Amino acid sequence: MAALAALCAALVLAPLFLILVFLTRAGLGAVNLEFFTSLPGPAGERGGGMANAIAGTVYLLSLAAVLGVPLGVLGGVFLAEYPHIRLTHLARFAADVLNGTPSIIMGLFAYILLVLPLGHFSALAGGVALGVMLIPIVLRTTEEVVRLVPSSVREASLALGIPQWRTTLQVVLPTAAAGIITGIMVGLARIAGETAPLLFTAFGNRFWNWDPLKPMAALPIQIFAYAISPFDDWHRQAWAGALVLVTMVLLVNVAARTAAGRQLRLR
Amino acid sequence: MASVVAAPASGPVAAHRGDRLFGVVLAAAALAVPLLLGGLLLALLAGAWPAVQRFGLTFFAGSTWDPVTHEFGALPFIYGTLVSSTLGLSMAVPLGLGVAIFLSELAPGWLRVPVGFLVELLAAVPSVVFGLWGIFILVPWVRSVLTPLVKGALGFLPLFDGPPLGIGMLAAGLILAIMVVPFIVAVGTSVMRAVPTTQREAALALGATRWETTRRAVLPYARSGIMGAVFLALARALGETMAVTMVIGNVPQIKASLLAPAYTIPAVIANEFTEATSDLYVAALIYTAVALFIVTVVVNAAARLLVGRAARDAVLGE
Amino acid sequence: MVMRWISGETTRRWARALMVAVAVAGTVLPALPAGAQPITLNGAGATFPFPLYSKWSQLYAAERGVQINYQSIGSGGGIRQFIAKTVDFGASDGPMTDEQIAQAGGRVLHIPMVAGAVVPVYNIPGVGQGLNFTPEVLADIFLGKITRWNDPRLARANPGVKLPAAEVVVVHRSDGSGTTAIWVNYLSKVSPEWKARVGEGTSVNWPTGLGGKGNEGVAGLVRQTPYTLGYVELAYALTNRMTFGNVRNRAGRFIRPSLSTTTKAMEGALPLIPADYRVFFTHPAGRDAYPIAGFTWILIYGEQPDPVRGKALVEFLWWATHEGQKYAPTLLYAPLPKSLVARIEGTLKSVTAGGKSLL
Repeated sequence: MAALAALCAALVLAPLFLILVFLTRAGLGAVNLEFFTSLPGPAGERGGGMANAIAGTVYLLSLAAVLGVPLGVLGGVFLAEYPHIRLTHLARFAADVLNGTPSIIMGLFAYILLVLPLGHFSALAGGVALGVMLIPIVLRTTEEVVRLVPSSVREASLALGIPQWRTTLQVVLPTAAAGIITGIMVGLARIAGETAPLLFTAFGNRFWNWDPLKPMAALPIQIFAYAISPFDDWHRQAWAGALVLVTMVLLVNVAARTAAGRQLRLR
Repeated sequence: MASVVAAPASGPVAAHRGDRLFGVVLAAAALAVPLLLGGLLLALLAGAWPAVQRFGLTFFAGSTWDPVTHEFGALPFIYGTLVSSTLGLSMAVPLGLGVAIFLSELAPGWLRVPVGFLVELLAAVPSVVFGLWGIFILVPWVRSVLTPLVKGALGFLPLFDGPPLGIGMLAAGLILAIMVVPFIVAVGTSVMRAVPTTQREAALALGATRWETTRRAVLPYARSGIMGAVFLALARALGETMAVTMVIGNVPQIKASLLAPAYTIPAVIANEFTEATSDLYVAALIYTAVALFIVTVVVNAAARLLVGRAARDAVLGE
Repeated sequence: MVMRWISGETTRRWARALMVAVAVAGTVLPALPAGAQPITLNGAGATFPFPLYSKWSQLYAAERGVQINYQSIGSGGGIRQFIAKTVDFGASDGPMTDEQIAQAGGRVLHIPMVAGAVVPVYNIPGVGQGLNFTPEVLADIFLGKITRWNDPRLARANPGVKLPAAEVVVVHRSDGSGTTAIWVNYLSKVSPEWKARVGEGTSVNWPTGLGGKGNEGVAGLVRQTPYTLGYVELAYALTNRMTFGNVRNRAGRFIRPSLSTTTKAMEGALPLIPADYRVFFTHPAGRDAYPIAGFTWILIYGEQPDPVRGKALVEFLWWATHEGQKYAPTLLYAPLPKSLVARIEGTLKSVTAGGKSLL
């Protein structure tokens, strides 16, 4: 019985290792210093990198965080602190539906909302598309962690005459901060790999750009464009990009979880 | 709204102005989520409107998808989406529950954290990477190893009819299974952990083995939570795009055989949305998205009805 | 899994620092000084010319200081964004329809950049390069009427080749694409049945076969699955070292696809190229013309909204159709014939902003 269950675990984990081995074999050769420091090179020549795409991904994630984190955290606190009213159920349900909505639809939404009215593609639109995906993740994590804060902590604060809002901000949130941060990092890691919502919003850029109202490069877009090209060297770069992306995502996951709890444990 | 937020569930009722304001800010943030969802639905309906007007509900009964003559029917995509997801779940559920039982009931403490962690990492791999891995590793394996195997054993069934292409419903189901398994493990483990220890102790005290305890005392208690986990995983499988597109074969047909190529709603959107040129064509694609959206809502609602508190909380951001 | 976070003081501080960092990054990054930004022209569309446009972009930025940001989102996407005026130029492997031009409003110009060929690729164990295909055989295979590789009509075109009795597995693009548009335009010209039953477009209702996403998807499927027949751009077939076939042209000769036979096709079609350049040169005249090829166009408005950007745009297009052409062959695109470039010069000179010519 135990053996059977352990076999299940091995079967489930096998693809993870196979995927990592596959990525490493295909992409490691093209990961070098130039890859992290140069702009994309011209077709048919070796060299060039994805520096602007890596920076662009970080930039877009920051924009997504600016939108998604405050809304998600505040909404999550609401859900945890007012558990029995109708708005809570509605918001929770809406968050779960948003969470299950295909990412390409989010891109479409940001396109209609921002790109068409502004008349051009922009990092902002990409950030909004990703931010909308981030909200439900952060919201549900926050709700969960805030609810785990023992009520004795709240009661102690309130007994000292500290008002509810300061109790929440200065006692409850800091207590839950590590867990919330974990949720944010995991959420960011999940949206970092999305291509579909960026294609019609952030659009991609072959050059450096820091203006939120102009098109911006992103790692998934660059990987996608290179993966469908006919050139071996670009394929290698696409794999290298995927390897870098996966490594980034995995590292963020590891960092978030270890930071959140050296004492983190399964209940 | 004000009367609602003035009475928080925890702590004494405070008439403090700051509390009231704070409550309103929080409520506004929470309200933003359903508003966003509503906006999303409206935007989609507006985009789909030309197709809604033109085809109405017959859209879901038609099985021809012809961009040239502008005849659009979504049935093969709906069929492909439902069947590939069900197939994926039929593999992911037993496996995932096995891992969940392992993690919650059987594994020694030192093994739980790393295994649980690795399973969660699997959920963090971007979808397009799964897809490329699918094309280059999984599909050839399905064609040259798995297909001859099942054909040898069960080839007389219409379920395994047709040439071994590798690409098709079976490959899509496999990749979906890999992708949703972390979900089932996560929720499954937490609902099982939520079963009170007294349940297990009672069973053990009656002389039950660990397996009997799991089967008789833990699983029945966690049943509704497990059902919820299955539905949540289903919602995720239904919406999966890039990985499925790359291995399913993208043929809008309804075939009994699992070896035959098929098509799903997210896949057709991802494939054709960028190249669709006429308004009606674009609207038809968005109309399929509306259908998917509604199915997702229904599945989520079903999950919500079934799932216990414990499991629901465990979804986190998975 | 439900996790319990017991946060120690250090963890809390760390977490707070991170929260601050995220907030700062989000607010400061967008505000970074943009500096004296050079002109950036945004373009979107066809994936097929992306390698060449990216090369041009690189060279042109170094030479003239104007940045061309081209993103390959697909031909249909390029047309849609061009109509929505979210880009400075669109790009497509398929011409815009009259209806789309009307929708765009204003004078729409299709400027040919280079040409490409679409070739039949196959994977038949034991059969090497250069299988001969007649137009009728290709159409009937894609219609699902010829189902076995040893079909007598295929055998007749390939004396001495031992063809297996295996079933033909057709592979086509699942995403809409200019490559598909050229391929089905050709099939429509050579097969009345195809024209009636399937027709043409960037996506069609395929009578048979598997769909692969992108050139890469089709190439991957064909290379990994025995007894497949698909179609990809010449560049893919060459760089991926795939086995591809010869196609019989109008003159009755089996032509090996290459850059020179593609140029021959363009020259053969030259007299028939209309003033707006909206044409595929499939099934053209010419003894050595490879019959399945087409232009890739850049789409611009004849009346530019902004004189400075408009001037930068036409200057770039002038450069691309002159100096730029010499980079085409190394990237496996067929350059434009001289006589056609002369015609394009006239078209570019007709572009205006505020009523004034830009060149």
